[in-house]
Amino acid sequence: MKAQGTAFRYGDNVDTDVIIPARYLNTSDPKELANHCMEDIDATFIQKVKQGDIMVADKNFGCGSSREHAPLAIKTAGISCVIAASFARIFYRNSINIGLPILECPEAAAGISAGDTISVEFSTGIITNETTKKSWSAEPFPPFIQKMIHADGLINYLKKEVLA
Amino acid sequence: MSMTMSQKILAAHAQVDEVRSGQLIMADLDLVLGNDITAPVAIKEFAKFGVDSVFDPSKVALVPDHFTPNKDIKAAQQCKMMREFAAEKEIENYFEIGQMGIEHALLPEQGLVNSGDLIIGADSHTCTYGALGAFSTGVGSTDMAAGMATGKAWFKVPSALRFHLTGKFSPWVSGKDLILHIIGMIGVDGALYKSMEFTGPGVSSLSIDDRFTVCNMAIEAGAKNGIFPVDDTALAYLAEHCKRTPIVQKADDDAMYDATYEIDLSTIRPTVSFPHLPDNTRTIDEVGEVKIDQVVIGSCTNGRISDLRVAAKILDGKKVNPQVRTIVFPATQEIYLQAMEEGLLKIFVKAGAVVSTPTCGPCLGGHMGILAEGERAVATTNRNFVGRMGHVGSEVYLASPAVAAASALTGFITNPETIEEK
Repeated sequence: MKAQGTAFRYGDNVDTDVIIPARYLNTSDPKELANHCMEDIDATFIQKVKQGDIMVADKNFGCGSSREHAPLAIKTAGISCVIAASFARIFYRNSINIGLPILECPEAAAGISAGDTISVEFSTGIITNETTKKSWSAEPFPPFIQKMIHADGLINYLKKEVLA
Repeated sequence: MSMTMSQKILAAHAQVDEVRSGQLIMADLDLVLGNDITAPVAIKEFAKFGVDSVFDPSKVALVPDHFTPNKDIKAAQQCKMMREFAAEKEIENYFEIGQMGIEHALLPEQGLVNSGDLIIGADSHTCTYGALGAFSTGVGSTDMAAGMATGKAWFKVPSALRFHLTGKFSPWVSGKDLILHIIGMIGVDGALYKSMEFTGPGVSSLSIDDRFTVCNMAIEAGAKNGIFPVDDTALAYLAEHCKRTPIVQKADDDAMYDATYEIDLSTIRPTVSFPHLPDNTRTIDEVGEVKIDQVVIGSCTNGRISDLRVAAKILDGKKVNPQVRTIVFPATQEIYLQAMEEGLLKIFVKAGAVVSTPTCGPCLGGHMGILAEGERAVATTNRNFVGRMGHVGSEVYLASPAVAAASALTGFITNPETIEEK
């Protein structure tokens, strides 16, 4: 499985309140949430983003609230993968649980600029900046999480492993 | 064995003798929590399991506290969905308006938290219950759904940072100043994926409300949980509120910590987090002149009775600055009633503050005190991110109830030590 798209680039500590402001959390409709994704720090994001694009950030991406609406809004907006130097733990967990691929790779985050074309090979964790022709290797998921991704998310995994 | 207190609780719930940091475990849950924002998403996910009932209707808590009393039609729809799910699944701990309080003040008060418990909640401030010696952590809605269906959750066993406390606070210094000081010291990702374990002789001088406030904001340092030892103060609270027998887990003497921080509580100053991150802290002596438009006293961080008492002590017999909208939120109905009986609500109203029903309201920019562009608030809440309390061009300064109340009087961020008591 491969993702390729244009990079949207953000800095440190992108919090869940800017990913999806709480004033829009009176709905759980993914499309409605996606319409407001990132609007408080990047008002034109939702107009510019195309299906398959890649979000890249520095450290502690997704800090703050436990709202699953945040990874859901990013995924529904069309983002195929988030690459960051590090992720806040609840955001990391939520992304895996809903099937939004996220990769922790400080070197790649440092080597990607806004507008670069990025490709990601999920089976190997290889991230390539097609614009600068540089590549990096992200830490692969531990086997437990790979099984969960293979089962297409937490619910299906637990149905098989725990309730069966 | 050399396990931290958090690891001991995880091991007990995974039915193993020992866990190591980094290990992935499946563990049994004592309580699964959701609110009116996170539960609707979880209810949709729960339906995908194809099970008829929750794993144990006495171990699920649903609290409509964020956008309630319903702020608009969409919020009303979300709450309705949650109410109907609670009725259909016979959830014992659903708290309707009238019984409702802010979840992290409400659950311990209602006796749903015991020491030694393993609790997940679809709210990031679920880490609050570490004050009572429980391992509790925030998760998302899918984890909540899975927890409701199976009674289990997966965990990556965390390593820990130790905060060894000595000494006692000075007057007007509280748990809020301690946790803001710590976050300022280690950063908003300083405890990422880790436990924050509080130990040492200074612990005994902290009230249970101070400990709730400290653990509540562990997430603002990125932590998985914050936890205090189960001492006489915790046992006294549990005896008053929780019907179950306390389970006392202790860190092993040779437990390993990634780092130990020594903190003398007598050196902590009233502390303020400037916009737009909780780690952007300054002591009250360094704040300079910051004019404010609003003061919010309340939330899961600082809406407890001792917080209201401190605010009332400062506001008693005085008037808030006419240019400062001052809003007080008792965190639960019981706290509201207690504040009424103690005459605190009268002090607030006479001072020119408003007193609201319990709600998360303005803390997350929901309702009941939203800021306009360019406005500034001093709030006893937990986050000061861009746009957190309203317009993206507004600012939130996090502080203790003492600093917030003192600031309401003057219209500037103010040191409570400079206010003359009645």
